[in-house]
Amino acid sequence: MHRRGFLTTTAAGVTLLAFPAVLRAQSKEPIRIGFPLPLTGTFAAIAADLQKGAQLAVEEINAKGGVMGRKLEVLFRDDELKPAVGAQRTKELIENQKVDFVVGGLAAHVQMAINEQTKAAKKLYISVSQSDEISAKPDTSPLTFHEALNPTITSRAMATYGMQNIGKKWWVVYADYAWGKQNNVVFNAAIAKLGGTVLGSTPYPLGKPEFSAHLPKIQAAKPDAIYAVTPGADNVPFLKQAISFGLKKDAKIAQPLHFLYYTKEGGAEVFQDIYGATHFCHELAETLPQAKRYVEAFTKRFNQPPDAYSGYGFNGIHEVARGVELAKSTDSDAVANALRKNREYDHYKGKQWWRACDNKSFQDLWIIRVRSPQQVKGEWGLFDVIGKVAANEELDRTCAEKGHA
Amino acid sequence: MFDVPLSALVAQVFTGLVLGGILVLMAIGLSLIFGLMTVVNFAHGAFYMLGAYVAFSLLGLTKSFWATLVLAPLVVGTLGLLVERLLIRRLYGRSPDDPLLLTFGLSLAMVEGVKLLWGKIGLTVDPPKQLSSAVDLGFMNFPVYRLFVIAVTAAALVALWLFLEKTNVGLIIRAGSRDALMVRALGLDLNRIWLLVFGIGIGMAGLAGVLAGPMRGVYAEMGVEIIIECFVVVVVGGMGSLAGAIVAGLLMGEIVSLTTFFAPKLAEIVVFVVMAVVLLVRPSGLFGEAGLAE
Repeated sequence: MHRRGFLTTTAAGVTLLAFPAVLRAQSKEPIRIGFPLPLTGTFAAIAADLQKGAQLAVEEINAKGGVMGRKLEVLFRDDELKPAVGAQRTKELIENQKVDFVVGGLAAHVQMAINEQTKAAKKLYISVSQSDEISAKPDTSPLTFHEALNPTITSRAMATYGMQNIGKKWWVVYADYAWGKQNNVVFNAAIAKLGGTVLGSTPYPLGKPEFSAHLPKIQAAKPDAIYAVTPGADNVPFLKQAISFGLKKDAKIAQPLHFLYYTKEGGAEVFQDIYGATHFCHELAETLPQAKRYVEAFTKRFNQPPDAYSGYGFNGIHEVARGVELAKSTDSDAVANALRKNREYDHYKGKQWWRACDNKSFQDLWIIRVRSPQQVKGEWGLFDVIGKVAANEELDRTCAEKGHA
Repeated sequence: MFDVPLSALVAQVFTGLVLGGILVLMAIGLSLIFGLMTVVNFAHGAFYMLGAYVAFSLLGLTKSFWATLVLAPLVVGTLGLLVERLLIRRLYGRSPDDPLLLTFGLSLAMVEGVKLLWGKIGLTVDPPKQLSSAVDLGFMNFPVYRLFVIAVTAAALVALWLFLEKTNVGLIIRAGSRDALMVRALGLDLNRIWLLVFGIGIGMAGLAGVLAGPMRGVYAEMGVEIIIECFVVVVVGGMGSLAGAIVAGLLMGEIVSLTTFFAPKLAEIVVFVVMAVVLLVRPSGLFGEAGLAE
C-alpha cells in the first residue's frame, strides 16, 4: 500500500470512530419500537395473537422498503401481567435498547404503568389495551395514543344491544381489576339509563377461575341475562361452571368481548348462543375487502385466522410508521402532531380516526354470537355477526368528561 | 342483607364443601410433610399444578378419565419421591430455612418448566360425560362433578386414615412424628419413611390438581394462588396436625363461600383475617401442639 493510500484510509477510519453518530445515521439504523405484552399469565393467548399482528405489520412494511428508507424493528418483552414488570421492561427498552416508540400493553392495569414510563421519557406510546383512564386526565398525555376500544364504548354498546335483544334484568360478574371494574360501572349506568335493572354485581379476582361460590346467588336472583366480564383464561372456566350449575339454561349470557381462540378452546357446545362485542373477527372478511386482505395475509403467515387483538398490534405498528412518514422524523412530538393533523387511517377493517382532544381511536365494532356446533363453519367459523355499531365519538365520554378542556 | 332464603344458604354451604375439599387434600399433605420432616414445602402448589398438567396429557394418551384419576397422582407422587431422594434429603439436619428455599426455587423452576413443555397458554380438561351434568338437589342445581370431588376427597382421607392408623408403616410414621430420635434408636430406617411420606403428600397434591383441572382449567400459575391458601389452612389448623388440616380446610372453604355470598369483595381477605385471629387467640392453631413449629 502506498503511503498516501495508507494515510487516507487511516484518516477515514479515525473520522468514523470519532463520529459514530454520523456513521449510524448513514448506515440507516432501524427504527426501533418497544412492545411490552403479557406473554405469560391469564392473557397469554391474546398476547400471542397481538404479537402476531404486530409482526405481520413489521414484515409487510419492511418488505416494501421500510419507513423513510429505514427498516422497522420491534422488540417484544414479556410484562408477565404485572404492572411493576411492565414498567421495568419499558424502562429497559427506552434506556438500554434506545427504542424510538412504544406500542403494546394488554391489561388495563399494566398499560398504566407502561404509560408512566413513556410519559417520563417523553416517548410516543400507542396503547392497545382497553381502558377508560388511558385517554383521560390525569393519566393521559399528548404522547399517549389509544388504539383499542374502551369499557365505556364496549359496555354501552352491549347494554344497548342487550336491552333491545337479550333481556331487561341483568346480573354482572366481573374480574376485580381496572378493566373489569370499569365495565361493571359503565354497564350498570347504561342499563339503568335504558330502563333495565341490574339485580346484582359480583367481583372475583382476575386469573382465579373459581366461580362456584357466586353461582347459587345468581341462580336464586333469576336474571334474564348475565353480563360476564370474565376475560382471558377465566372465560372458559366461567362458562363451564355456569353450565355445570344449570345457569345457562335459565339465563342468557353476554360478554363485553368475544375472543376467537378462547371460543375455539372452549368449543361451540360451551359457547353456543353467547353474545359479545368485538372490534374485529375474521368473518368480516366476507363483507369487507380490507379485512379480506388482512385475514388472508395473516392466515398465510401463521396458518390460522387472526383473533381480534392482532388487529390492534397491526394498527399500532402501522400508525407509528405512518406518523414517522408524515413527520419525516422519529421525534415523538413531531410524530404525535402529525397523527393528530392527519387523523384518519384504514389499515385492515375500515376507516378509523384519532380524536384530537384525547388521542383516542374511534372505530366500528360488531356484536357477534357463537354458532351452535352444527352451524360452525370449518374449523374456525364460530361467530355470527349479528349487529354493527358504527364508530361514533358519542359512545365514549366527551372530551370535557375526560378532563380535556 | 339478612333476608336470605334458607335454600340459598344451604346451596352456599354445599359449594363451600368442594372449595374446602380441594384445600384439605392440599393441606393434609403439606401438614404431613411438615409434621414429620419439618420441611415447609413451598413447591406443594407446583405439584398441584403438575397434577393437572399430567392429567391433561394422560387423558390424551389413555382417553380414560378413570385411568387418569388413578395414574396422574401416582406419576406426581413418584416425582415427589425423586425430589425427596435427590434434593431434600441432602438438607436434613440443616436449618429449616434451607428446604424452604430449595422448594421455593423448585416451584419457580417447575412453573417455567411446565410452560416450556406444555406452553404458556392454559389448557382445558373436560369432566367425563357421566359426570358433566347437573343434578337437582331440591334447593339448587348442583354439578355432578363437584359431588364426585367431595366423594373422592372423602375416600382419599379415609384411605389415608386407615393407612396411618391400621398399618405398621402408619404406626412408624406416627411414632416418627412424635420422636424421631427414639424411633431411630429402635433401629428403624426413618429415611425410607420420610421418602414415603413425602411421596404420599405430593401424590395428594397431584390428586387435588387432577380434580381441580376440569373445574378451573389448567394453567401454569394455578399452584401459586392455592399455595397461599393452603399455608393459611395449615397455620389455622395447627402445623403438623392432620385433623387440623381437615377441619381448617373445610372451614376455610365455607368461610370463603359464605363471604362470597354476603360480601364478595371481602372473600379474598377474610381467610387472612381468620388466620390473624387464630394466631392471636391460639398461636399454635386450632389443633396444633404448642412448640412443634418452633
